[in-house]
Amino acid sequence: MTYIVKPKNHHPNLERNELGLTRRDYEGAISTLCAGCGHDSISAAIIDACFQLSIPSYQVAKLSGIGCSSKAPAYFLNQSHGFNSVHGRMPSIATGANVANHELLYLGVSGDGDSASIGIGQFIHAARRQPNMIYIVENNGTYGLTKGQFSATNDLESKSKYGEDNLFPAIDLCGMAIQLGASFVARGFSGDKDQLVPLLKAAINHKGFCLLDIISPCVTFNNHNTSTKSYDHIREHNESVSRPDFVPLGKEITAEYSEGENIDVALHDGSILSLEKLSDDYNPLDKKSALENLIKSEKEGKVTTGLLYIDPNAKDLKETINMTDKPLNKLEDGDLCPGNKYISSLNDKLR
Amino acid sequence: MDTRYLFKRHNTWWVKVAVPKDARDALGFDLRQSLKTHDLAKAQEKRWEIVELFRDQIKNAQNELSLPLANKDSVQTFMPVTDTSNPQYYHKVVDCQYACPAHTPVPEYIRQISQGNYTDAYMINWESNVFPGILGRTCDRPCEPACRRTRTHEKAVAICRLKRVTYDYKGNIEDRIPKLPEKTNGKRIALIGGGPASLTVARDLIVMGYECVLFEKDPFAGGLMRTNIPSFRLPEEVLNEEVDRIINMGLETRFNSEITSMKELLKEDFDAIFVGTGAPRGRDLNIEGREEAKKNIHIGIDWLTSIAFEHTKSIGKKVVVLGGGNTAMDCCRSSLRLGAEDVKVAVRSPFSQMKASEWEIEDAMNEHIPIFENHVPKRFITNENKLAGIEFEKVEAVFDENGKRSLVPTGEDPVIFECDDICIAIGQDNAFEWIEKDIGIEFGEWDMPIVDKVTFQSTNPKIFFGGDAAWGPENIIWAAAHGHQAAISIHKFCSGEDLFDRPMPGTNLVTQKMGIHEWSYDNDISQAKRNLVPHADQSISLKNLKVEVELGFDEQLAFEEAQRCLNCDVQTVFAEDLCIECDACVDICPTDCINFVNNAPEEDLRNSLRIPALNLDQPLLVSEDLPTKRAMIKDEDVCLHCGLCAERCPTGAWDMQTFLYEEAKVYS
Repeated sequence: MTYIVKPKNHHPNLERNELGLTRRDYEGAISTLCAGCGHDSISAAIIDACFQLSIPSYQVAKLSGIGCSSKAPAYFLNQSHGFNSVHGRMPSIATGANVANHELLYLGVSGDGDSASIGIGQFIHAARRQPNMIYIVENNGTYGLTKGQFSATNDLESKSKYGEDNLFPAIDLCGMAIQLGASFVARGFSGDKDQLVPLLKAAINHKGFCLLDIISPCVTFNNHNTSTKSYDHIREHNESVSRPDFVPLGKEITAEYSEGENIDVALHDGSILSLEKLSDDYNPLDKKSALENLIKSEKEGKVTTGLLYIDPNAKDLKETINMTDKPLNKLEDGDLCPGNKYISSLNDKLR
Repeated sequence: MDTRYLFKRHNTWWVKVAVPKDARDALGFDLRQSLKTHDLAKAQEKRWEIVELFRDQIKNAQNELSLPLANKDSVQTFMPVTDTSNPQYYHKVVDCQYACPAHTPVPEYIRQISQGNYTDAYMINWESNVFPGILGRTCDRPCEPACRRTRTHEKAVAICRLKRVTYDYKGNIEDRIPKLPEKTNGKRIALIGGGPASLTVARDLIVMGYECVLFEKDPFAGGLMRTNIPSFRLPEEVLNEEVDRIINMGLETRFNSEITSMKELLKEDFDAIFVGTGAPRGRDLNIEGREEAKKNIHIGIDWLTSIAFEHTKSIGKKVVVLGGGNTAMDCCRSSLRLGAEDVKVAVRSPFSQMKASEWEIEDAMNEHIPIFENHVPKRFITNENKLAGIEFEKVEAVFDENGKRSLVPTGEDPVIFECDDICIAIGQDNAFEWIEKDIGIEFGEWDMPIVDKVTFQSTNPKIFFGGDAAWGPENIIWAAAHGHQAAISIHKFCSGEDLFDRPMPGTNLVTQKMGIHEWSYDNDISQAKRNLVPHADQSISLKNLKVEVELGFDEQLAFEEAQRCLNCDVQTVFAEDLCIECDACVDICPTDCINFVNNAPEEDLRNSLRIPALNLDQPLLVSEDLPTKRAMIKDEDVCLHCGLCAERCPTGAWDMQTFLYEEAKVYS
């Protein structure tokens, strides 16, 4: 843990966004995670994405459960709303908050223990109900806070730091989420910000439930030779299905592709997610192809990363339950109470 | 300053071009060549030719070795992997020390000040620049504009004033001062002129057992430090202490003995002669009325000398000082203290181009002395053979395409200042009439002796020059730097060694790691603003020539100011083989210095960083390629040396290590 406060001095040529803010304005407290933790890189990617999209911090709510990953919201966007919930209960809090005020950007930050073990029931129903949120799983395959036991996402062949075998197969949160109806499912790697930041930017602009399963090596307990979630293993076995480029509304597409090499996905607000295809049979708009791809790469021992599945036209929770456009927390007495006259006539009918 | 492809080694500039990895594996080296010059401007000109030549060589080598090339026609040059074993690399990162002509280890002594070790801090200075108490009051401070704080939109650390602190609060140091050994080496050296250059040579050579004899035309040693710097800036006791310290080491002095003939001196049995006579002649201004009014027209440096020796004790009520350098500032402020009531400074150039140091101009203006810019003196006005005033023509500065300045009259009416006395402080020259032309010393441009820039040797191998006597007026710190180098040359000359075989600097690189996140230096970056030095009450200081204006920092202020130092000598040392490319250092770096990108030619590389490295004066730290084929590129420009990269590094690939660079001395 670092004891000093990160100096506020910054580079004189540091870029400013449309709000006149620098990237440094989106930072949080200094991290208390282990040095080299992948979670810190994910925090940095979130900072970059929010800075680049000029998102005002006060329009963001950071929600988390328990675990190393769930401490991370303290280390970015220190002027945003935050809620640190009971272990594994972040999805309920996110769903409730979404219903109360759908105007905020909800960043749920969870880990493999928080989501794939104690909170798996919550995770399933969030994916099913599609609240408009970004559900980030900082996935390191281990329980770092309790000194390195296997988590439910640890691969069968991956041994612990102490040499023990893992007896149970891994849960693939991405595959589950696609099956359950999540409309944006991607896998990233904390060590590849060139891929992660555009994915985050696309997720921020996507309407519906976005799962970002981000492999984030635990340097202290799961970065050894026999681990399948170490920096080296992921770099060797990483197979990126596409190179994402997020183009905000009103900006020109500058990257040039030959025909058939890229897939442009228009998001609901008119911005475009442009995906350069790196694999021939890749089609992120087709659920079946996405699932087949995942199963195939699992067999081959590869780690598929990139945008796996997207349904840009899916209904989110607000549409499904036919909520008012005005957030519930902004409704006044007049909006909520039909008035004495209506209630009297209603009572009369029931007499 | 543009140092692309250039690096410094043994005081000369070299060109280096990296070879693509396949060719380097076959060739086993990168291409580099010395430009055989220490002059950066020349090196900058010559470099491109050699870079092109190298490109051809790489291409030929690749063809000959039939190496697989992605594109046979495009020969790429890469940014070479930084050779941190070359002492000049880390030295350059310590901007203040690099800018100092004597290369004083500034951060090292500032850390000692924070810890209250004033005596140690003083000795670090004394070793390097010989006159810490004097320089702490009068130095031209090339270190301060170089301070890294100035590049993060802040003011420089008050380095000069901290140097003064080491003098003001030091303890007894007598037991730390070396003395002339009882048994000398029998070699005798003559030092002409008792200023800082000669005194430095004497100090260095006495330690080596040389018998040094100092010739000084005045009754005291000190040179311009005594005669030209008024005592309200440099009290006599400070000067005496530091000058006497050297004399007491065992220097033989001959005061009141002006050398009038080099030829005669050569006949005496000296093994070598060092000329440190400064630039003692003040320039005159021969315009109409000069002769008639001569009684009330004074040459600046001569006038200051006569004040120093208490021959002059008063001046008229109205005084005009001509000139915009530090001497002019000293003249106008001295006039006030000698009883003048209306003092004006008139400068030919625009205010912004005045030669005086910014703080000396400030001090003069604080004493309510007006400075008139763009005033060119035309004639002295006399009344019955007595000075009555001076007439100026008003001009403006016009710059041509090459940036050359000319002062063009504006056509306005002439300006007349009434006055009783005038001081002319418009520059000073050397005076070498006493050196005969037939004794082997060749003279070049401006009647200056030809002196080698590295060895300080004249064309007569026995005679060396240094200080202002070598290449015209500079500052005390330059004289000290020259003195050290001349001492090395004199020793090599007397021992029959090659003068160009210069000794290497002493360097040491030591980790500062004390624990997981603990360093033996204070890495928390102070957010304090630069502290101002308290001044004496003007009602007292303006009445007395001997009252020092600046009071210096007290211990608390000194501590606060010392804490502002960024410890640039604590280097960020990177070990490629330990790096796992987790990006932790990139994420934490407050000033975005650290990058993991593909190596490329320097221009492209500088532009591909998170924040483009546009300050070409600052080097990039380039690593070998890492497993992902990227290299670690660190822009040294605004690194705060906070050590957070090393704290967040899980494998110790980054370490904070103190780099001590000690410029070679004759005795080291």
